[in-house]
Amino acid sequence: QPSSREPTIRAHNSTKQAEMFAATALARTAARRAATATPARLGALRAMSSETATFDLTGSFEMYKLDTAPENSIEMSKEELMQHFEMMYTMRRMEITCDNEYKAKNIRGFCHLYDGQEAVATGINAAFDPADDWITSYRCHCIALLRGGTVKEIVGELFGLTCGMSQAKGGSMHFYNKAGHFWGGAGIVGAQVPLGTGLAFANKYNAKPGEPMNVAIACYGDGAANQGQIWESANMASLWKLPMIFCIENNQYGMGTSIDRHSSHSDYYKMGNHIPGIRIDGMNVLAVKKGMEFVREFTSTGNGPMYVEMMTYRYHGHSMSDPGTTYRNREEIAFTRSTRDPLEFVKKTMIDAGFSTAEELKDIEKRIRKEVQKEVMAAKEFPKPSLDSLFTHVYAADVETKGNQEYPDHIRMPDFSKSFWKSA
Amino acid sequence: GDGGPSTLTSWSSIPEPNYDDDYKNKTKMNLFTAINSAMQTALETDPSTIVFGEDVGFGGVFRCSTGLRDQFGQDRVFNTPLSETGIAGFAIGYAAQGGTAVAEIQFADYIFPALDQIMNEMAKFRYRSGNQWHCGGVTVRTPCGAVGHGGHYHSQSPEAYLAHTPGLVVVIPRGPRTAKGLLLSSIRSKDPVIFMEPKALYRAAVEDVPDDDYMIPLGKAEIMCSGTDCTVVGWGGQLRVLEKACDMALAEHGISCELIDLRTILPWDVDCVLGSVAKTGKLVVSHEAPITCGFGAEVVATVQEHSFLSLEAPIQRVCGYDTPFPLVFEKYYIPDELKNLDAIKRIVDYAK
Repeated sequence: QPSSREPTIRAHNSTKQAEMFAATALARTAARRAATATPARLGALRAMSSETATFDLTGSFEMYKLDTAPENSIEMSKEELMQHFEMMYTMRRMEITCDNEYKAKNIRGFCHLYDGQEAVATGINAAFDPADDWITSYRCHCIALLRGGTVKEIVGELFGLTCGMSQAKGGSMHFYNKAGHFWGGAGIVGAQVPLGTGLAFANKYNAKPGEPMNVAIACYGDGAANQGQIWESANMASLWKLPMIFCIENNQYGMGTSIDRHSSHSDYYKMGNHIPGIRIDGMNVLAVKKGMEFVREFTSTGNGPMYVEMMTYRYHGHSMSDPGTTYRNREEIAFTRSTRDPLEFVKKTMIDAGFSTAEELKDIEKRIRKEVQKEVMAAKEFPKPSLDSLFTHVYAADVETKGNQEYPDHIRMPDFSKSFWKSA
Repeated sequence: GDGGPSTLTSWSSIPEPNYDDDYKNKTKMNLFTAINSAMQTALETDPSTIVFGEDVGFGGVFRCSTGLRDQFGQDRVFNTPLSETGIAGFAIGYAAQGGTAVAEIQFADYIFPALDQIMNEMAKFRYRSGNQWHCGGVTVRTPCGAVGHGGHYHSQSPEAYLAHTPGLVVVIPRGPRTAKGLLLSSIRSKDPVIFMEPKALYRAAVEDVPDDDYMIPLGKAEIMCSGTDCTVVGWGGQLRVLEKACDMALAEHGISCELIDLRTILPWDVDCVLGSVAKTGKLVVSHEAPITCGFGAEVVATVQEHSFLSLEAPIQRVCGYDTPFPLVFEKYYIPDELKNLDAIKRIVDYAK
């Protein structure tokens, strides 16, 4: 039975269990918080964008092997909260659009959607420096958007058109953005973590002595958490006190297997053994930001790595080939949508703080819907990439030759002069 | 040949099944049903058999293990966490104690973390213990090959890496009927077997498969159709493509091709290929994996070594290009029937 000190957010295949879900402290707190969010200061001039409010975050964090903790409240301006809302709503619309385009067969292959988890990415980015390095799994569309991507580039990549972020060479699982310090986008589960540890090492190596370091974060799922390479990376990060964040996006399921059936131990924030950890309510973007500010402060100042567990949920199945209902029931999904949806939470928070009204938010939603649609239509105007891009960028040498089709000898090209299929 | 390499195991002495005379009861099965049937037979006939891997409990992502858990129980058919190295090592340990372990690696692209266990432990187990122990009870099943939209990490064919490891047996069926027989031989083999299943054929290939228990010899190739002008060698899903190319060669150019399915990649049936090349004097080898150091290179090197004077034309390899398996350009990348027909025609003309 979950104790009151250690709420376990578990989702099981029954309505009764789904109700237990809500009975955990974090969920209760989230609901209470949403219902009673009162601003510490409420200026009479509600229209001013510089107004801020303080929001209660009690119950959003659980600590492991740490004496300190993030503060139980966060001050945020209307402007910033609105920014987060707009970003999260754009993510939601983009993912839903991907769903529709996939079903229309405009997107083919693999497609892993992030809707339900928007607050995690948005909150992390809000706490981060643009030069902090971020690497994640194949569920990467929304993080790509945060780190310098546009809807057109992302959707274009999924369509396989030249406007795509990876020039259509990667597809859904392989978005990268050098300027945005976004390292992808990984197809092999867990492979991003040792890589991320290397990024952290480089950050430490390159930092000036005495100055805070840029951090590196590797996001991975509960299913990946038991990969051997992650334990190896954790040891290295801890041994060398790297500015590394191991971030488990715990959405309760590793593809179709629930956490209690694939993990003998599902307190993922404790998996670092002696490495400190924090569990954060991942459906609350304010809590995520506050928690990640704390984590960033810890890891960037030479204290070594930290494990972060984000309690979150995905509405879609593992990928577009998974309906998502064979291993969990629709009541659970609907229940989560109605009680813990990150977008609804932010909207309610803004309305209760007097930052906005329901009508204004509806208008913003309408506007964003149109913008996303426009981006998708704009992406569709682009052509498919030319055939030579099959052979480019295998090695450094061919990058340097500018379009003269000189490839290293060992990359065999079809020699059509010797073909019998050329008309005489 | 001139007393060429003899690398065949005792499993090569299993007779070829006579499908028409000995196996009257047949059912139309696709690849995943045939594999399911083989695993069911294995579980029935050998009580120490266990089947495990990611998501095999509910039937597996390709439905190969459907119904097995219900029939044989959770003790024998169970899911593992997402840990390929763990899966491979675990299989070796169980087999070393005398059990039969049928492990699944969900996609061949994910086999790489397990390669240390496979190459360093599994392959050398008998050798390093001076025959005190072996892990012949291990069979690692894994879906491989292009599927139309797999991209970098769901389309690879890693047979070349595995074939470079003495001590392993690498088997790849071309369809449902060969799959069931080869999988049963593989599971019962006293050597560890990596059984690669062409994923594009799971639903697409349908054949009449005997209902009974039957086995196909390992280490032996099959001549799918006899011919006189050119030998064409392939394995797995590529044979569908090669069949088309051979048909086109005959219909459009009157070229009679002898098509050989290797069936077992390691150890491969050298004598069969050499015998065919002695007859035709020409050889085309085709595989999806990139051309450099693909398994085709091994076939070509061995053939030229033993049949140099029989050859009338340079041997052709029609393979994938030396790039990571592409996403959007898959159709251009794969060695399709036109590229193969081109190669066949080219060497037949050369030899004239």
